[in-house]
Amino acid sequence: MHVEEKMTVETWPAAPEKQTLDAKNKFLGFWLFLGGETVLFASLFATYLALKDSVPRSDMPLAKDLFEIPLVFAMTMILLTSSLTSVYAMYHMKNFNFKKMQVWLGITVILGLAFLGLEIYEFNHYVHEFGHTFTSSAFGSAFYTLVGFHGAHVAFGLLWITTLIIRNSKRGLNLYNAPKYYVASLYWHFIDVVWVFIFTVVYLMGMVG
Amino acid sequence: MANEQLNSGNPRVDIEYRRKKNAEEMKHQVITFALMIFLTLIAFVAVAYEGFTGWFIVPFILLLAVVQVIFQLFYFMHMSHEGHEAPKLFMYTGVLIAFVTILCYTTIIWW
Repeated sequence: MHVEEKMTVETWPAAPEKQTLDAKNKFLGFWLFLGGETVLFASLFATYLALKDSVPRSDMPLAKDLFEIPLVFAMTMILLTSSLTSVYAMYHMKNFNFKKMQVWLGITVILGLAFLGLEIYEFNHYVHEFGHTFTSSAFGSAFYTLVGFHGAHVAFGLLWITTLIIRNSKRGLNLYNAPKYYVASLYWHFIDVVWVFIFTVVYLMGMVG
Repeated sequence: MANEQLNSGNPRVDIEYRRKKNAEEMKHQVITFALMIFLTLIAFVAVAYEGFTGWFIVPFILLLAVVQVIFQLFYFMHMSHEGHEAPKLFMYTGVLIAFVTILCYTTIIWW
């Protein structure tokens, strides 16, 4: 099978994300990258845990003063749902249904944007209501570095998926772009993996004290 | 890559078989999603309830997070499928280093 061969439902392979050599390399390389990302985020989590509530003055806000359940809960549900919508997209990719795949990825992007909007609101709220900034304390630096790095990953993922949707809109599915979509969806799931630990370790454990 | 070559000689039959398999897998994904939502709800309720001590809640919600991440990796990211030996090696190595890093920062380093 040639990479840019025009595919049909009949010729579409069962595992299009690993059909060509290029695809196999992409798959392997991307998982290696995710292993590295795990270590990167671990170092940020470790720093946060070590510096949590380290503030220079006693009148400065601590984790338990800042975080509120409803906002974090909404953000968690939105990101978790966006993980499922990208699973739906890959389901349609395997069935060679390009249109439905694009639609589900579009929904994923919208949910990602909603998440990012809430995060921007949240940071803005902390800065203006509590004076909790990147430079106000070691706690602030560690918090914004960890959560902001995750937010930056979300922003990058949104750019990536949007680019794929637009770039391939007239091409349709082939063995050249199927692995690209697959790898982008893996990235999106990984963002949710990191968020599961952020909402648990930063927010929920922060509220417990 | 168990289902890479599915040749019964009749492409129509193959496609229908694969569609059915994919639909079945999608059903499992939705169940996984429901379980993940459920675990998230328990974690939030445990914290909101305020009737438990931190000594119980912290390990409890960490356990829920680990279970949820296992779901995400093995089902949503297909790490349970065949042909994922290298991804497993990469992720387990990453998790090991992650664990040691966090252990180190929260125990023997002081600020």
